[in-house]
Amino acid sequence: MSRRISPVIPGFGLTLGYTLVYLSLIVLIPLAAMFVHAAQLTWDQFWAIITAPRVLAALQLSFGTAFVAAIINGVIGTVLAWVLVRYTFPGRKVIDAMIDLPFALPTAVAGIALTALYAPNGWIGQFANDLGFKIAYTPMGITLALTFVTLPFVVRTVQPVLADIPREIEEAAACLGAKPLQVFRYILVPALLPAWLTGFALAFARGVGEYGSVIFIAGNMPFKTEILPLLIMVKLDQYDYTGATAIGVMMLVVSFILLLIINLIQRRIEKP
Amino acid sequence: MSLRRYALAALASAIFAGSAVAKDYELLNVSYDPTRELYQDYNTEFTNFWKASHPGDNVKIQQSHGGSGKQARGVVDGLRADVVTLALAGDIDEIAKLNKGSLPENWQTRLPDASTPYTSTIVFLVRKGNPKGIKDWGDLTKDGVSVITPNPKTSGGARWNFLAAYAYGLKANGGDEEKAKEYVKTLFKHVPVLDTGARGSTITFVNNGQGDVLLAWENEAFLALKEDGGTDKFDIVVPSLSILAEPPVAVVDKNAEKKGNTEIAKAYLEHLYSPAGQEIAAKNFYRPRDAAVAAKYAQQFPKLELVTIDKDFGGWKTAQPKFFNDGGVFDQIYQAQ
Amino acid sequence: MSSSTQSASSVANAARRGSPLSRRLLIGFGWLFFTLFLLLPLLIVVSQGLKMGVGTFFDAILEPDALSALKLTIIAVVISVPLNVVFGVSAAWCVSKYSFRGKSILVTLIDLPFSVSPVIAGLVYVLMFGAQGFFGPWLQDHDIQIVFALPGIVLATIFVTVPFVARELIPLMQEQGTQEEEAARLLGANGWQMFWHVTVPNIKWGLIYGVVLCTARAMGEFGAVSVVSGHIRGVTNTLPLHVEILYNEYNHVAAFAVATLLLIMALFILLLKQWSESRINRLRASAAEE
Repeated sequence: MSRRISPVIPGFGLTLGYTLVYLSLIVLIPLAAMFVHAAQLTWDQFWAIITAPRVLAALQLSFGTAFVAAIINGVIGTVLAWVLVRYTFPGRKVIDAMIDLPFALPTAVAGIALTALYAPNGWIGQFANDLGFKIAYTPMGITLALTFVTLPFVVRTVQPVLADIPREIEEAAACLGAKPLQVFRYILVPALLPAWLTGFALAFARGVGEYGSVIFIAGNMPFKTEILPLLIMVKLDQYDYTGATAIGVMMLVVSFILLLIINLIQRRIEKP
Repeated sequence: MSLRRYALAALASAIFAGSAVAKDYELLNVSYDPTRELYQDYNTEFTNFWKASHPGDNVKIQQSHGGSGKQARGVVDGLRADVVTLALAGDIDEIAKLNKGSLPENWQTRLPDASTPYTSTIVFLVRKGNPKGIKDWGDLTKDGVSVITPNPKTSGGARWNFLAAYAYGLKANGGDEEKAKEYVKTLFKHVPVLDTGARGSTITFVNNGQGDVLLAWENEAFLALKEDGGTDKFDIVVPSLSILAEPPVAVVDKNAEKKGNTEIAKAYLEHLYSPAGQEIAAKNFYRPRDAAVAAKYAQQFPKLELVTIDKDFGGWKTAQPKFFNDGGVFDQIYQAQ
Repeated sequence: MSSSTQSASSVANAARRGSPLSRRLLIGFGWLFFTLFLLLPLLIVVSQGLKMGVGTFFDAILEPDALSALKLTIIAVVISVPLNVVFGVSAAWCVSKYSFRGKSILVTLIDLPFSVSPVIAGLVYVLMFGAQGFFGPWLQDHDIQIVFALPGIVLATIFVTVPFVARELIPLMQEQGTQEEEAARLLGANGWQMFWHVTVPNIKWGLIYGVVLCTARAMGEFGAVSVVSGHIRGVTNTLPLHVEILYNEYNHVAAFAVATLLLIMALFILLLKQWSESRINRLRASAAEE
């Protein structure tokens, strides 16, 4: 509690105290309860649970699909942000507003809508079916649902940074003979990278934990399309509380690490 | 604005229904997926029955449905069910074991027929005209046949499915357990979607067009036919052999006592055995225990050879750990393929 | 971000750069993606919901179980959002107006619920307050029900929406700095006067923006609430859970009808968001001019 910026402004003790108490009651103590519950296990038992083949398969699936979805969003989201910032065209405002739809739409609604679209008898799924592949009930369907749910993150982190880049720099570079690719490589990428990484990490973290939209479209096959959050549910429904908490603890540790990374990136942005 | 008036009326009724007078009964029936329609009908019947002898009372019966294991877990964790009506005895055993004092270990002896007022069995639901020519369990493992069944780990119905398939495997191979395991292993290689509950599987098969055959509760299969256009889309195939699925019911004593519902909760379950209750079960495609009602609906339920959990598998207390607990038969056959 | 001078300059700029092809391609891609990925799911929800006509649609959303689910969803939002607003303001205040050791850890902890799987958010409350949980026996002795009842649903909703208001306010308040508040203090305002007359007007639109996001998430939460709900029809079902139940009841049309209701609520929230966002941008622009 050292170094206040401004001793004139009151309320430090009150607000910090309230923040800590609230956060502890709502978030920290309940999460600690999970650790305490998992602590009934020895390290070996814990390790055995989280390295069981079915858990590993779910782990790989959850992280794999979330990663691919975040990459897809990393590319498409950047393009969308670019289009929205740099061009004016009819409907720009509508698209800009609707980018947040996946965030505002309840995930269960997204789940049934995407399933209705991509199931083998759905509007889009039937074409895929004719071409001989399935989207719903495969990892592709999961990736699709995660891409939908996490779409806003990259767009919304990249967009403001892109808008703040003075266009004169690019123009100057172009005047000095830089090719478009060079402008991209040496001016845009360094400027956008921190924001992009933040958006990517947010999308990834959200994707790993996502449940509502995925369960409808996943097919939920152990070893194939069973995501980690579903596996926690399955373990619970088998009265396997320790198994569920062990997986929960592992996921929590991973999300905490991800968040730390995000915050480190953001601190680097703040202090260039 | 008739629409608005309608909305207000509906809203008002919803609010008034919520604020009942203190003397009323509020009974919570925690059940599994496919019984929604059954208990909707039965709750009306029971409310009328109870009011006939207790005209002053108001009875409100609340329903909760989900996968049988999930629902049992809810009660273990403190969901205040007065009665549980689940897919299999094993799940109620778990409640008795894990939520100490909620109901006695011998709960199954408290009502007739081992506390199962109605039964069902496992049949096949196939696409109209049975294009894959599926007649019996053996046809399910043919090339190009895809089978929809829920996950036995989480769904009660799926456990009955699994045991029925296993019983067929035993019978077809002269009782050879290894070969029976081999059969169910092959069978599960034909399963493209493994939902967590029986309803999820039905939706996958019926609405989302997955699979050639759905292993389903008989009542669930009939229900799919009853839906609009169902008879044009699906046929029921009755295999040569199946299992007598016995969904049990029980009063959760601790909760019922606390809410002052012991008497009405008992009556609620006992009335299931009455001719009126049995009739409703039969109408909802559950096989009634009552001989007279069963005779009346004999047309509806095809006769087939049925194994039972107690005689052929040594009861749920043996079957659950052997087949479905971690490391059990299901885990052995369902490894990464 | 979307001020007219900027867009005018971007047009001029694009013309100057003279790559109409890539520009058109990119805009075309934007439209295509928008249509396929965002519009189509909307359309399918509405079209499935209205498949059996407007009458069935209204029957589905005015049916008592749907109304009580709506009521429960609104109650959960009305309790959890104000609590998170107070928390968000308080957290943003101490994070942005002071510097202290452990601040970045505090910020990470505030963000934590955002990346915790909703299923875990539900699970932890069951472990705390379930019959077998740490406080289970005590709660049962005192006949207090938390999970499988309103308190559990509200707690789970609060958990998943904790970060939203704080996350919106922290950057805004950091940007604004402390001079105005200091000035107010030096002119003799007490703490509350300073807060109400200086801080609140400054953060108003950011606050509204945070509230909108928080409401959206609270209204739509599924996984966490699903774990602690108990799924008692007409009692502990929220609207998203009601959608799942209808979907599982062969009641395809009703499921999509209720989904349409949620969709309309979501679109309304987007409108509010757009509006508050434009106000923030206008404020920022005018601040920049000063």
